[in-house]
Amino acid sequence: MTVDARGATAVAIADKVRAGTWLARDVVEHYLERIARLDGALGCYLLVDAEGARRRADAVDAARKAGRDPGALAGVPLGIKDIFCTRGVETTCASAILRGFKPPYESTATARLAAAGGVMLGKLNMDEFAMGSSNENSSVKPVRNPWSTEHVPGGSSGGSAAAVAASLCAGSIGTDTGGSIRQPAALCGVVGVKPTYGLVSRYGVIAFASSLDHPGPFGRTVEDAAALLEAMAGPDPLDATSIPQPVGAYREAARAGRAGATPLAGVRLGVPDEYFQPGMDSEVEAAVRAALDELARAGATLVKVSLPNTKYAIATYYLICTAEASSNLARYDGVKYGHRAAGVSSLEELYTKTRGEGFGREPKRRIMLGAYVLRAGYYEAYYGKALRARRKLADDFSAAFTKCDAIITPTSPVPAFKFGERMGDPLQMYLADVLTVAPNLAGIPAVSQPCGFTKSGLPIGLQTIGPALGEQICFRVASAYEARTDWHTRRPPESNAS
Amino acid sequence: MSRITADEVRELALLARLRLSDDEVARMTGDLGAILEYVDALRALDTSDIEPMTHAVPFDCPARADETAPSLPLDDALANAPRRDGDFFQVPRIVPGPGGGQGGQGGQGGSTGGAEDGS
Repeated sequence: MTVDARGATAVAIADKVRAGTWLARDVVEHYLERIARLDGALGCYLLVDAEGARRRADAVDAARKAGRDPGALAGVPLGIKDIFCTRGVETTCASAILRGFKPPYESTATARLAAAGGVMLGKLNMDEFAMGSSNENSSVKPVRNPWSTEHVPGGSSGGSAAAVAASLCAGSIGTDTGGSIRQPAALCGVVGVKPTYGLVSRYGVIAFASSLDHPGPFGRTVEDAAALLEAMAGPDPLDATSIPQPVGAYREAARAGRAGATPLAGVRLGVPDEYFQPGMDSEVEAAVRAALDELARAGATLVKVSLPNTKYAIATYYLICTAEASSNLARYDGVKYGHRAAGVSSLEELYTKTRGEGFGREPKRRIMLGAYVLRAGYYEAYYGKALRARRKLADDFSAAFTKCDAIITPTSPVPAFKFGERMGDPLQMYLADVLTVAPNLAGIPAVSQPCGFTKSGLPIGLQTIGPALGEQICFRVASAYEARTDWHTRRPPESNAS
Repeated sequence: MSRITADEVRELALLARLRLSDDEVARMTGDLGAILEYVDALRALDTSDIEPMTHAVPFDCPARADETAPSLPLDDALANAPRRDGDFFQVPRIVPGPGGGQGGQGGQGGSTGGAEDGS
């Protein structure tokens, strides 16, 4: 049997495996072969669990043969960002401080994907502790953009985006704290979804900034991402911030976007001036403007909206995320797991030396900044101020959503940049998130999808932002755009990657 | 004028339990200074009468039923420990003392005391 898994979407693979046309085992072997051949040049995977993947695929095939339902994602080969705890499989967050850590439990998101028949191939590379926008902060190796290996894939979920773009998995998951799913999705030309806060459980997801961390899926198409989200989402008693909402019909919403000539009739799409500012790459702006025209042709009404506090979003975000990170990263102390410094004579020294050796530059910077803004005497001026600004930014969205059903913006003001271009200046790197952080602060859903390429062949991303629990409208809009364009069908050159 | 001095960075590193080299202190002082200058822009935003927003979704931290349920087996919880002594995580002596048994090491006596070797 020939498995043309590279050309198949995740939902097509599941359909074929469920029907018995393809064996999950054959699909997995096809992807393992691709990883072995192509990933050396891309660096997407930190760990390939070939034996585990074969075992899981065989279990899917056995379930089908026995007449049991093998699940909605039967046999879909998945890549998992190395921030999700996977029982017995090394999980490091791409940090030296967690080297060798084998979690004694499984994250809810990965457990649910497995229960739906998804087959984990391995753990994907990322910026250390999800801190970064280029994947250059991985302590292990950089991920390269499959469209041009001189360019970054974005971050922090760079491995998750690049692996889907290069067909080294059929779908993947990542986390988005300030854009870490959407920005790499845009830079790699795939679909990435940050759901509503609390829709996907954070249990077993290594914490960076707990009030901003959103697990979510990547796919080559909108429906693939919707199918993964359907499997991952839902209330979880193991996460106190999980919201008591039933899982929506996301795939159905994606299919609705493809129905008829004007699937967006009656839909009002907001366009905020504040997201089209000087400094934006002209090719990005042109592609997004053209996408707006296409959405209008699909029946949508475009309306001007204002998000007046947008210029405060980055400052607000970095004050809050560093404060939360400095608390969350206090647990790495050389006692319970991971790296432990040698040759120390006191507990104090064990802590300081272990952490000094184990953390890379960016986690150190954020721990320090967080500790600074939480200090007595500075707390109200920095952290307290940021919490108030956060409400103003969330209120901006609430006001805009009285005038529209979803908001359309670019995902990133620039296409993929070259390695080293922004590493010397952390502030420049932080500004890469300027169009993605506000939905994290507000906790509202947002989707990035491909909407064109630069003349030099780098993908451009379109962002659709919805109100809280507005995943369905986001999927419908994104799918309507996808059905009218062919950007999502393009594949990066493999010669580049071998 | 930088927002933060090298001495403040050293003090902060101590509070954050981070050992930084002199080079790291110098670089960190510059980086943090630039970032703090950038976030100062927030001062222009009027936030009087605005309640702080700590979380995107209001939630009331519901208490689960107080029932005994299985928890992580001890061996699983200790499996990743860089150093283990029986059912305990092992750390360097906390309470200084000449002999064994003064470190409050939960019955492990002097076996966990003293400096660690350099392995």
